[in-house]
Amino acid sequence: MTISLLYALVGVVLLGIGLYSLVIYSHLVKKILALNVAGSGVFLFLVATANQTSGPVPDPVPHAMVLTGIVVAVSATALALALACRIHQVTGTTRLTKNEPE
Amino acid sequence: MSLSEILQPVTLPAWIVSLPLLAAVFSFVLPRIRVGAGIFTAIITPLMVVFLGREIFIHGAIQMQVGGWQSPLGIALYADGLSAAMLGITAVVIGSISFYARSYFSGVAASRYFWPLWMFLWASLNALFLSGDIFNLYVTLELLGLSAVALVALSPTADALSAAMRYLLVSLTGSLSYLMGVALLYAANGTLSIKLLAAAGLSSPSIATAFALMAAGLMMKSALFPMHFWLPPAHANAPAPVSAVLSALVVKASFYILIRLWLVIFEPFINPSAAQLMGALGAGAIIWGSVQALLAERLKLLVAYSTVAQVGYLFLVFPLSSIHQANQTAWQGGLYFVFSHACAKSAVFLAAGTVIYSFGHDRIKELHGIVRRMPVSMFAFALAGVSLIGLPPSGGFIAKWLYLNAALTGGQWWWCVLIIIGSLLATAYIFRFFSRAFSYSPEVVEERPVPWIMEWTALGLALCALILGFIAPAVTTLLDAGNPF
Amino acid sequence: MTFDNWLPLLILLTSLLPGIVIFVLPEERVRWRTTLNIGGAILKLGLIGIMIWGVRHEHVYDFRMPMLPNIELVLNADAMSVMMTALSGVLWFLTTLYAIAYLETSPQSRSRFFGFFSLCVSSTVGIALAGNLITFIMFYEMLTLTTYPLVVFRGTPESMRAGRIYIAYTFGGGAVFLIGVAWLKALVGSVAFTEGGMLAPYVGTYATQLRFIFFLMISGLGVKAALVPLHGWLPKAMVAPAPVSALLHAVAVVKAGAFGIVRVVYDVYGIEFSDELGLLQPLTAAAAFTILYGSVRALFQDELKKRLAFSTVSQVSYIALGVGIFGPIATIGGIVHLVNQGLMKITLFFCAGNFAETLGVHHISHMNGIGRRMPWTMAAFTLGSLGMIGVPPMAGFISKWYLGTGGIAAGKPWVIAILVASSLLNAAYFLPIIYRGWFREPADSWSPGPSFGSLETHWMLLFPPLITALLALLSGLLADAPFSPLEWARLIAAREYRP
Repeated sequence: MTISLLYALVGVVLLGIGLYSLVIYSHLVKKILALNVAGSGVFLFLVATANQTSGPVPDPVPHAMVLTGIVVAVSATALALALACRIHQVTGTTRLTKNEPE
Repeated sequence: MSLSEILQPVTLPAWIVSLPLLAAVFSFVLPRIRVGAGIFTAIITPLMVVFLGREIFIHGAIQMQVGGWQSPLGIALYADGLSAAMLGITAVVIGSISFYARSYFSGVAASRYFWPLWMFLWASLNALFLSGDIFNLYVTLELLGLSAVALVALSPTADALSAAMRYLLVSLTGSLSYLMGVALLYAANGTLSIKLLAAAGLSSPSIATAFALMAAGLMMKSALFPMHFWLPPAHANAPAPVSAVLSALVVKASFYILIRLWLVIFEPFINPSAAQLMGALGAGAIIWGSVQALLAERLKLLVAYSTVAQVGYLFLVFPLSSIHQANQTAWQGGLYFVFSHACAKSAVFLAAGTVIYSFGHDRIKELHGIVRRMPVSMFAFALAGVSLIGLPPSGGFIAKWLYLNAALTGGQWWWCVLIIIGSLLATAYIFRFFSRAFSYSPEVVEERPVPWIMEWTALGLALCALILGFIAPAVTTLLDAGNPF
Repeated sequence: MTFDNWLPLLILLTSLLPGIVIFVLPEERVRWRTTLNIGGAILKLGLIGIMIWGVRHEHVYDFRMPMLPNIELVLNADAMSVMMTALSGVLWFLTTLYAIAYLETSPQSRSRFFGFFSLCVSSTVGIALAGNLITFIMFYEMLTLTTYPLVVFRGTPESMRAGRIYIAYTFGGGAVFLIGVAWLKALVGSVAFTEGGMLAPYVGTYATQLRFIFFLMISGLGVKAALVPLHGWLPKAMVAPAPVSALLHAVAVVKAGAFGIVRVVYDVYGIEFSDELGLLQPLTAAAAFTILYGSVRALFQDELKKRLAFSTVSQVSYIALGVGIFGPIATIGGIVHLVNQGLMKITLFFCAGNFAETLGVHHISHMNGIGRRMPWTMAAFTLGSLGMIGVPPMAGFISKWYLGTGGIAAGKPWVIAILVASSLLNAAYFLPIIYRGWFREPADSWSPGPSFGSLETHWMLLFPPLITALLALLSGLLADAPFSPLEWARLIAAREYRP
């Protein structure tokens, strides 16, 4: 198999692992980590698509997308961690409270 | 570039995005001017949107490359009738709520961060409606999600914080799913531009997968049943202005993206049963959301579940538009639901916020006879309720009528039954609160005097929902500009 | 747009605008409120007078506004609309006077009451002037919305319960009606009211669907028209103050339902076509059953307003009966009863309100000798009851005569049996009240109550029932005069059955 296909597959696997962990773990920091792993998986997939061009020069567009995505992911992670800290401050736990209707 | 070049109508899209963005940055850096910057933006941006609308009405769709850079590396801003309408409703709703928020947050410490985040949210919404390529949609969608989450977290209670966290996790998951879809589409077609993707039209398994991923992500962000679990806590616990904009606009943004993608890229290639599935989930949302609203003990929770139900109506547009004769009517109906719900739901949340401001709580059982104490807010609630139920004369009625027409013309009569049941359930939960408001109670309750602007903003938005019932021909003509359908 | 185009809208606005202004008026501004109310009513009557004259001379009054690309809001004045609008206008004026006096001592907000009251009349006028089913349904639903706050006005737990039942019935009916209208629109594209009906050409392809649509529409309308078994909300709604009961039962809600049935049969389906599709028999059967059922239930009520409520259930179905019997004479009977029943029933409710407000009497068993204390009110009540029974020369006799004759002409002699039975039942539940009121000795002396000079009660409570009783009498006595309700009914029937 080609290098791109390998990268793409690994990306998809990472996405799967990330999403699975997001659901399984209840600790907030683990959830955030899971999302980061999933995000990396998508980025890896995108990098793989950059290699599809016919010439020696890779396609710059997916690279631009990945860079933007990384920036967004960093901001999102920062917000998530800040929220998690605040939740810990206010409630003393690091798990989400039950989704009560009241 | 001379001043006259900068102020060309074609640069309006850039200004519509930049003005709130600049206001956000400045109000963060210089907290003292935050309210002024907010109100200034609230007045100027709607004006710009009106100009843009006029331009599109007369000349058709506008395309602009930011900074002169060409796609695909540059950002293309594209505005047609649909974008103009969405920008318009955003401007009306956020502009009005800004005035409400000014009074709601006066003297409260939280407002230090409210205004920058609020402007940031507005900028992301505007950018979203003006995006011309699918990756830009991802970026603006993320920005929207982040600012919305931060706004929810402004409320200091533990419930609000966990609701915000849950919202964030769901939002990020949805965006990731969407991004994966973008990656697949790019891998298959080599372009990100919506227009070019429309022309390309490769029918392959990757298209179906891309659609599934993107749709799943967007449906999650729109809180479509059964992925709606994050919405009621978030909307119920956020401060009232934030709840209003979340229900009115933020959930509609992901729906808007879904519409764009569906119309332009996916529709010819997707199995019609996918449309019926989305409709079925919409049906579930209507029933489940309405039933939960009937059982809710707090007013804001009732209204939040009502949003879950109304989002269900939005998704009915997919199966209804699949029959050729009903296509136009169904789309008009769906969008009319978007506009009327935006006005009506924000009015209701603002009224609920006024109730909390005055009485300190929103437990429905204890809200007797408040129609005498705050008649303006209750009148706003009533008018908005009329639109939510779908009674004439209101935008909600027009939307419902268009849907009924589309269902009957297309021979899909079962949706008619569902829509009517939805209306009756909505009547039940609106009147559950409303009849208590009318009951006579001689007891004296402590109340805080309410600034008049808060009550009248709610009424203004409710009146917009009412007026939408009368201007349908104008709205449908605007939607057609630039041929998005 | 000429004056002819604006007139229907203006008539609507004469109650809509004062209503909106009254809402924002502070509670204490009694004079302003009274001026707006009465001024609006008089103005409306004036404009209606112009319209009556105009329609008589074949003027066309038409107001259109596009609501959607292929749907318009149409306000149109034909003979039926004019009759209904005139009835609404006159009765609104009188009920306003009555309500001003009745609510003098009420602790709740009068601004709210009169605001919704005006909106309610606007909705009724809108229903009367509607030129197509869409406009009709818009004002029909608005009517429900604006009458709800009036029903729950007192705010007591019973009022709230009654309000909930009212909403459940009327919105349910409205939803069913809406499906019918939407279906019809999708099927044939037009839902305009056309003299003689417009659905006849579609008999071939769509007969079954049209039958279903008819069933849906009549069921939806039947809720407001109190056809059994959809009448459940009406007796419960009696907890509302007397002006509300008077308006709801004489003019607004029940008449709207009955008017809707008339419109659907005559101006959407067309009477001949309805007969062809076999739709008239079920309608007539339902009407006949309701007439008898309502009267029987009325017999067993001790509360005066409840007895009158069941009497309304029964009497409004005379209109449906007249519609269901094929033939111009029966049509005349049904349509003229729209007006006659309105006049007579509002008299009875005004009187019931007087008894309750002045003497605190709500039950028939307490009404012994009340005629000695309040002779004029009792006289009006007597006239109204005699009209209900169908004694000439009251207006009720005219309606029953035409219905009976029409039944025979259509080959349905059993109609006579229904009418006779119903009249006997009416007598059975009205005559005892009259007897008690005049000829029985009061159990103990009446509480003096507030004093009104030489009058037995406030003049604004006394004059409206006297005026309506007089009108009911004149409508019967002068039935052949020009501009009488009978003349109008004849005109409408003539236009409907054009050869």
